[in-house]
Amino acid sequence: MKNIVSFCIDYVLYLWKGGIKYWAWLGFLWIFVLFWAYGNYLQLSEGMIVTGLTDQVSWGLYLANFVFLVGVAAGAVTVVFPAYVYKHQALHDVTVLGEMLAIAAVVMCMLFVLNHMGRPDRLWHMVPIIGIYNFPGSMLGWDVIVLIGYLLLNVVGGFYYLYKKYTGEPLNNNIYLPIIYVAIVWALSIHTVTAFLISTMPARPMWHVGMMPIRFITTAFAAGPALIIIVFSIIRNNTKLWIKDEAINLLSQIVVWCLGIALFLTLSEVVTEFYHPTEHSLGLQYLMFGHNGLTKLVPWFWASMIGMVGAFVLLLIPWVRKDYHLLPWVCGVAFIAIWIEKGMGLMIPGSIPTPIGEYVEYSPSWVEIFNSLGNWAIGFIVLTILLKGAIGILLGEVSLSNHSKQASDTAADDVKKVRYADA
Amino acid sequence: MANSTIPLRNITSTGGTDTTSMTRRSFVKNTSGVSAASLLGTAALMTNSDEAQANTEWAEWFQGNYRLMSDDEKQEAVVRLERRYSSEYGKKVSVDTKPAEEGVLFGYALNIQKCIGCRRCAKACVEENNQSRGDQEIEWIRVLKMEKGGFDETKMGEGYPDGYGIEIGGNAYSAAGVVGEGEHYYDPKLVPEEDFFYMPIACMQCEKPPCVKVCPVRTTYREPDGIVVVDYNWCIGCRMCIGACPYWARRFNWGEPKLAKEDMNPETHYLGNRPRMKGVVEKCTFCLQRTRNGRYPACVEVCPVGARKFGNLLDPESEVRRVLANKRVFRMKADLNTYPKFFYYID
Repeated sequence: MKNIVSFCIDYVLYLWKGGIKYWAWLGFLWIFVLFWAYGNYLQLSEGMIVTGLTDQVSWGLYLANFVFLVGVAAGAVTVVFPAYVYKHQALHDVTVLGEMLAIAAVVMCMLFVLNHMGRPDRLWHMVPIIGIYNFPGSMLGWDVIVLIGYLLLNVVGGFYYLYKKYTGEPLNNNIYLPIIYVAIVWALSIHTVTAFLISTMPARPMWHVGMMPIRFITTAFAAGPALIIIVFSIIRNNTKLWIKDEAINLLSQIVVWCLGIALFLTLSEVVTEFYHPTEHSLGLQYLMFGHNGLTKLVPWFWASMIGMVGAFVLLLIPWVRKDYHLLPWVCGVAFIAIWIEKGMGLMIPGSIPTPIGEYVEYSPSWVEIFNSLGNWAIGFIVLTILLKGAIGILLGEVSLSNHSKQASDTAADDVKKVRYADA
Repeated sequence: MANSTIPLRNITSTGGTDTTSMTRRSFVKNTSGVSAASLLGTAALMTNSDEAQANTEWAEWFQGNYRLMSDDEKQEAVVRLERRYSSEYGKKVSVDTKPAEEGVLFGYALNIQKCIGCRRCAKACVEENNQSRGDQEIEWIRVLKMEKGGFDETKMGEGYPDGYGIEIGGNAYSAAGVVGEGEHYYDPKLVPEEDFFYMPIACMQCEKPPCVKVCPVRTTYREPDGIVVVDYNWCIGCRMCIGACPYWARRFNWGEPKLAKEDMNPETHYLGNRPRMKGVVEKCTFCLQRTRNGRYPACVEVCPVGARKFGNLLDPESEVRRVLANKRVFRMKADLNTYPKFFYYID
């Protein structure tokens, strides 16, 4: 118990030790949080009327971001899976960073769901016993379960690992490995269920397709590791923690193959829908080419396509994958392209036309944009804090031995395991 | 319940601009200087104003799902609501809780041949069911204006000749009979317009309602008489049901509903036309505040051409059953297996 207290104290104290860049980054994020606070104040006091949503397009930016971020959370498994199933040493060393990313992504998911709700004050209605939980009937019910479960798995798994690193005790694999393996399968479940959320609605033909879960998972396993590569590059350039090239190499391969499969699935869908277009293809037609002059989504779709194809082609080239200065930028393009694909490319056109054929375009309001940026900012603040502490522990700068003011020599043993020849 | 004698009961005259039409706020403001007691036309309803209001809303926040409430809890909830509504709308408002009658399954039939597209039904519905008005207008009934079939000789040459000059398809078609091409914002001087027919839609009260399935908190459910209802006080506003409905029958209160005192229909039902709050979903209930008391839905009553028929599907002598027995009927989007209890027919 005493050790847990000192773990918490050391962890929190370490968060205050950062350079100018660290504080500037956090300060930058807090600006968005101020706008977020104002946007949420408006939305809570006036209602959802301050959004750009309508009865025709009643799911918008919030849910689009939610769906995308579930993918990012699930994408963390691309670090955990090779590390523990294929014993990939370089990823094994930094698995906990993937878990921290998953935690931050799930936090963002929850913020976006809260924003989407018309009556967030009544969320307790979903709590079993005091409320009614429509399980297993409601897909949203499944989604809540798998997301909360995933959050817990990553919090418990991640912090158990960090704590053991901190105290210098060996991991109890009887506890740790089951958590890891369950979390791997669980990661698949969160994005599968999120895909079911929309693919189980015959009223929305664009979503009502069997390939939705695998499309979600391939894009997730492209966007997730793409973000992780960016984060790893930032860590390599700005902290003493050196993440091995092998880790990044495997991740960039995962990105390229998943991007390829995602593009293939998109192509399959386009051929199926356009060979003999039915009423069910109207959403996709509107998305790709517009309808009677209504073309708000068209540029987004093609931008996303160009981004995904471009990133895929570039990442196929081996030297691009090995160019660690260029790679994060290509990954950034893939990440943004998939974000567009999930939002403007899937969530919005799912509602256009409406089930009775009405075309109503949707643009998010400023309140929605503030709130969404704010949710991202909060997520990145959480991510920064989690990574900061985790890196401190991996480096051995935060450790029980340091806490008890013992000779720093003992800590050096721990450091060796993770710190490889500084660049 | 004592509330069951509705049609003649408690209809407060709201003709003038007397004290009963004051809002709660203006009431509080106006009485701050004078003796409050002298003004209380609806005194019993408005005592303690703000504090009572706050307590009411607080208690409402804690109440459970309507379907699982005990009779006592329902009674408490109703008293609370009646007090709040009466004070807000400045008239005596009743909130009925009459349950479904045994042996009744409500069904609806609409004669698509007779409908002239006047939209009196949509207007009567709004007036009866206390929907939001003005710039946040909500209508449960939408009338689709559909193009009549017309085939144009000049389009005959516009096929798709392939390389051999053999036609593989044609363009000599029009959008006739395509529901998705229907237009529900039409505004002509006179109806019916010559080249069109009309297809009104609203909630189909499906026997297998997709909206009910997806609700995470079971706030929308099927009543024993077949009506799909929403417990407005339990809805969390997730809008899954709006996504799931293939008939675009559900509406959301994006802001605080705008319902003027003089427009408010004080005869309400808990599951039906009682005023809603912001952030919740609403939909057609076959006017259950009326139909459970032996009256027609407002849209049936108002239809000038008798295109709308309503009744008990379990009663072979009911109008709706006679339509099913004697007319050609079809249901909208039958391929979705939702089994609507709303039938379209032609003579």
